[in-house]
Amino acid sequence: MAKITFITKEGESTTVEGTSGSVMELAVQNNIPGIDGDCGGVCSCATCHVHVAEQFTAQTGEASEIEQDMLELDDNVNDFSRLSCQITISEELDGLILQVAK
Amino acid sequence: MEKSALPDPFEKARREKGIGQMNDQDDPVVMMLRHKDVRKCAHKWQQFQSAAEPGRIVIPSEVNIRKTRQIPFELDPPLHGVYRNVVEAWFKRPLQAEYQTLLRKQIEDLVSATIERDSLEAVEEFSLPLQSRALTLLLNIPYAEAETWISWGTHVFRSEGESLDGDKAKILYNYIDAKIDQAIENPGEDLYSILLAAEVEGRKLTREEIKGVMILTFAGGRDTVINAVTNSIAYFAEHPESLKRLRAEPEMIGRAVEELIRYFSPLTQMGRVVTEDTVACEQALKADTRISLCWASANRDAAVFEQPNQVILDRKLNPHLSFGFGHHKCLGATHTRQIMKILLLTLSQKVNSIDIIETRENIEDLGPFERKVGYHSIYVKFNGNV
Repeated sequence: MAKITFITKEGESTTVEGTSGSVMELAVQNNIPGIDGDCGGVCSCATCHVHVAEQFTAQTGEASEIEQDMLELDDNVNDFSRLSCQITISEELDGLILQVAK
Repeated sequence: MEKSALPDPFEKARREKGIGQMNDQDDPVVMMLRHKDVRKCAHKWQQFQSAAEPGRIVIPSEVNIRKTRQIPFELDPPLHGVYRNVVEAWFKRPLQAEYQTLLRKQIEDLVSATIERDSLEAVEEFSLPLQSRALTLLLNIPYAEAETWISWGTHVFRSEGESLDGDKAKILYNYIDAKIDQAIENPGEDLYSILLAAEVEGRKLTREEIKGVMILTFAGGRDTVINAVTNSIAYFAEHPESLKRLRAEPEMIGRAVEELIRYFSPLTQMGRVVTEDTVACEQALKADTRISLCWASANRDAAVFEQPNQVILDRKLNPHLSFGFGHHKCLGATHTRQIMKILLLTLSQKVNSIDIIETRENIEDLGPFERKVGYHSIYVKFNGNV
């Protein structure tokens, strides 16, 4: 079980719990604004872009090359950008804070 | 080779040069063939614009058959975003449960009726009705309206000989004009009425702008959806094991949809007009010439996709460009993904196998390249699950 907090562009904070699947799926199930996950999680649409809070970047790991290429041309990209469909939920992520990029 | 295969004609040119060159009505096109270049050029809207003369970014060019600007498709930022905001939420309606229930009923009824028949021509008798009926949901208008669109045949703009057909375009324009008049007189909950009530920058949309959105909605989702559906039937006809697998693992359907759409690339390419002398893929480009973003080639780029010419139904990383890329990405993608998901689910549940009886391929002539994009006709027989 991991508690994950999403902070939207408007500054609204929502904390939800997940056990498996991707962070994008968790966000979509909980109707987090700004996370659409149009492609279902195959790294094709970049509609699940988040910024990982700095203290959690070790837990979430680095983006793969394909993910980096997607992010490179997306709006609002920064050093902490990830596509949340590529982050798998695990106990390690408990307490994770994500800023929704869109 | 399998009848359902869609070969990649761009492989050699993509590897050796990264570009292709084709003529189109004396307005030549430099085609970007590599995944990375296609995405970069799609991103650089200042150099590669969409807000050119209406019809010019389409290949084959439509400048001689229409003057109406398609919106938001033929605009650039920031104006593009202003118009896109007006319609974005509407085009996300396919995510609603009620929409999906209605779409599912349409597709289940069509598949059940098809199983009952001895054989049929799938483009005209399966894909076209499916696409037309589903479009009534996207526009939120009565189901019966689909009959009119079915009667138009498979192409709104193109005639059988691939050439541009101004007369067919006229049918659509006159039809849309009449529908806008009806919505002015009797507003409802349909897309026409929504557009009539919408505002941009503190004013109502003009009639020409409303037409621009409606033309895009009709034209953008016709051949493309029809090809995606028909190619899916051909694929499953030759891969009954895939139908079985989806039946056993329906959770895989989302990935399967993305993979089929990658492999089919229903829209081969989209153009842009160069705004200033520049360079892309080491190619000097002159202002006021055209490039194209060749989605179909990018989707087979071995630098990005392992075994690019194989359909791998559960492909996990699949950054395909079939719905375009960047701020212009397909508005109808949400609708199309739902159509494909429900189609795959329904076929996997109701159909045991499909026999192909006879096919006539639809080959696009792209200068040095010939690309199969689907079928002019394909006779099939659906065998139901007993």
